[in-house]
Amino acid sequence: MANILDIKRRIRSVRNTRQITKAMQMVSAAKLRRAQERALAARPYAQMLTNVLKSLSARAEVVDPITGETRNPLLIRRPENNVLLIIVTGEKGLAGAFNSNIIKAAQRFIVEKAGKNIDLVCVGRKGRDFFRRRYSGPREDGSRSGAIQIVGEHAGILNRVKFEAAQAVSEDVVRRYTEESVDAVYLVYNEFKSVVSQRLVVDEILPIDVIGETDIRMAEGMTEEQKKRALEAARVAGASVRAADTSEIDTAAAAFGTRPVDYIYEQDATELFNALLPRYMGVQIYRSMLESEAAEHAARMTAMDSATNNAGDMIDLLTLVMNRARQAKITKEIIEIVSGAAAL
Amino acid sequence: MAEFLQLDIVTPERKILSDSAVEISVPGKNGYMDILPGHAPLISELAVGEIMFRNASGKPQHLACAWGFVEVLPDKVTILAETAERPEEIDVDRARKAKERAEQVIKTGSNEEQLAAELDLLRANTRLEVASKSQK
Repeated sequence: MANILDIKRRIRSVRNTRQITKAMQMVSAAKLRRAQERALAARPYAQMLTNVLKSLSARAEVVDPITGETRNPLLIRRPENNVLLIIVTGEKGLAGAFNSNIIKAAQRFIVEKAGKNIDLVCVGRKGRDFFRRRYSGPREDGSRSGAIQIVGEHAGILNRVKFEAAQAVSEDVVRRYTEESVDAVYLVYNEFKSVVSQRLVVDEILPIDVIGETDIRMAEGMTEEQKKRALEAARVAGASVRAADTSEIDTAAAAFGTRPVDYIYEQDATELFNALLPRYMGVQIYRSMLESEAAEHAARMTAMDSATNNAGDMIDLLTLVMNRARQAKITKEIIEIVSGAAAL
Repeated sequence: MAEFLQLDIVTPERKILSDSAVEISVPGKNGYMDILPGHAPLISELAVGEIMFRNASGKPQHLACAWGFVEVLPDKVTILAETAERPEEIDVDRARKAKERAEQVIKTGSNEEQLAAELDLLRANTRLEVASKSQK
């Protein structure tokens, strides 16, 4: 029979742990809200840029009328021999299966593209740490160190995503694509619409097929069980469950550059188009980083809610065991006294 | 004819400004443009430079802008700016350091580096310029 004092100590320790997980859950809920706000604030720019590009692509001679060739290198589809994969993971652990799910999806992708050269760009510390143990960067002379190599590492930028950071990733990727050192660029990240509407997606971001539309190659939604857990966690932490209402912002933004008037174009439409297209990439990467950040906090909130519940269950169980032990001890003492009295 | 222009400035991170203006000046790629109410619809790319606008109170306000895009309508001007900073938001020390760094590179760096540094220098100078206007 366990010592009552030991069990008491154990209960106290679990109770402390529960306090910590509870606090982490609340912190995550607050961070989630802020991340969602940022994602919302980033919408108008993204929408407007997309609109302008769309209306420009109709005007600009995107395709050469004589030769039929696409003029902007970012729109050209080449035979896919070299692939670049951007992996957006979290910065920290203790977020349930958040990071490992993304890493698993990335690994599946790598297996799928076996035989091709794959360059990896890791965004977020967790993914970087994982892939660094398996693959290395290019050799010093610039040649490949293997079929799979790491060409970019961006850790520590997801705590408060700055557009500049996304832009830097995008510029690097666009440069590699225009240099033709890669023929396609994929982005694997956790898409986040709301706490109960998340998907793990692999999105082909280059070449661009249709402006303003994502080219999802692989998607993995949440299971009913996961949704239920997330919903419960959000309720406990007081986080909002519904996706933010973006209709107003979207309508306002949709009007940008699309009024039925004859605009004067200060620059040549093709020139404008070519200047805007790389920025569009930056916006897409920025959005994925924002959503991933929100998803990370949501995942941590859910994980910490589970941990808090489990700690509660454990305390109940331990209390039961402790009471049993105490009763057993009392019973034993009474028996001892009674049998002692009987012996007299 | 409209008397005011509805001015919105949007950056990738958020909408930073929404005001009604009587005059707006933007750093167009082919040179500065002054926009008054009733301007013909226009779309232009913006270069590194200073955005100035005056609202009904008449006091000019300045923002530092690094690349952007503007849509002008007779009653509405929307600026998409990659960065747009008010004077009080500008880190003067950082801009000054960036300026020194850029000047150093222009003296010693390769051609390609010089080109990038010249842009950096332009950005830093714009920031400093705009920042100095807040102190007046």
